[in-house]
Amino acid sequence: MSGRRSRSKQSSVSSITDDQITDLVSKLQHLIPELRRRRFDKVSTSKVLQETCNYIRSLHREVEDLSDRLSQLLASTDSDSDQAAIIRSLLMQ
Amino acid sequence: MNNPHHLNPTSLKSRFTTRFLRALTKIRAQKPISSSSPTEIFRRYRRIKVAADKSMAYSVRSRRIWSRAMLWKLRSRSYRRQDPCSGRRSGKTSQAIMKKSSNENTTTRREDGVGFVEEADELRQLVPGGETMNLCNLLDETAHYIKCLTTQVQVMKKIADFYSF
Repeated sequence: MSGRRSRSKQSSVSSITDDQITDLVSKLQHLIPELRRRRFDKVSTSKVLQETCNYIRSLHREVEDLSDRLSQLLASTDSDSDQAAIIRSLLMQ
Repeated sequence: MNNPHHLNPTSLKSRFTTRFLRALTKIRAQKPISSSSPTEIFRRYRRIKVAADKSMAYSVRSRRIWSRAMLWKLRSRSYRRQDPCSGRRSGKTSQAIMKKSSNENTTTRREDGVGFVEEADELRQLVPGGETMNLCNLLDETAHYIKCLTTQVQVMKKIADFYSF
């Protein structure tokens, strides 16, 4: 595998090797919670990409929900400049 | 690098947090009289969402194709709002971004391989700037984009939890 990998250092106009794709796809697989548990199974590239799309969409939805939640929360709290410092220290822990 | 106990001040998480908090403080300062009306809440929601994306894109800067695409999108939105005649300027910038990403590898979708062209195209719609990426870049950019999105969600959750008490 590593022998073939050394050949995958391509110039800018040549084709992408299968190994490069496999490596990148498995890297993605590790990032997706759905597929992380199936690390040792053979997951098809198509499935990985499909789950990646689903995962990105769910992350987008989470950001939207959190923005919504924050917009409601900000309406009810008082302006306090110390809070930013408090939060920052919370996150720094 | 992912040590949860000591925050690296130059880490993505830290840069995003600082920027986003700053933006939130500004948004909170814009309190109108009827700050709980549905319209106001929706406007604030939009501002917060844009602030979250902006903070993330600026924390990554131009190091990634997706962040460059997002920055260009954000900037052209604000240009359009200020000056409707600036279309030409944003067009030039988008060409520069397209050129930069497609020069890196000129393979076309024909070399995507069998069986996942549709899924790859679907992914291209979800990742900023994805339409210009070849498969290699798409996979690489997607991994980074996902890492950033999860950071974004993590920080926003902590902030929301903080304000919930």
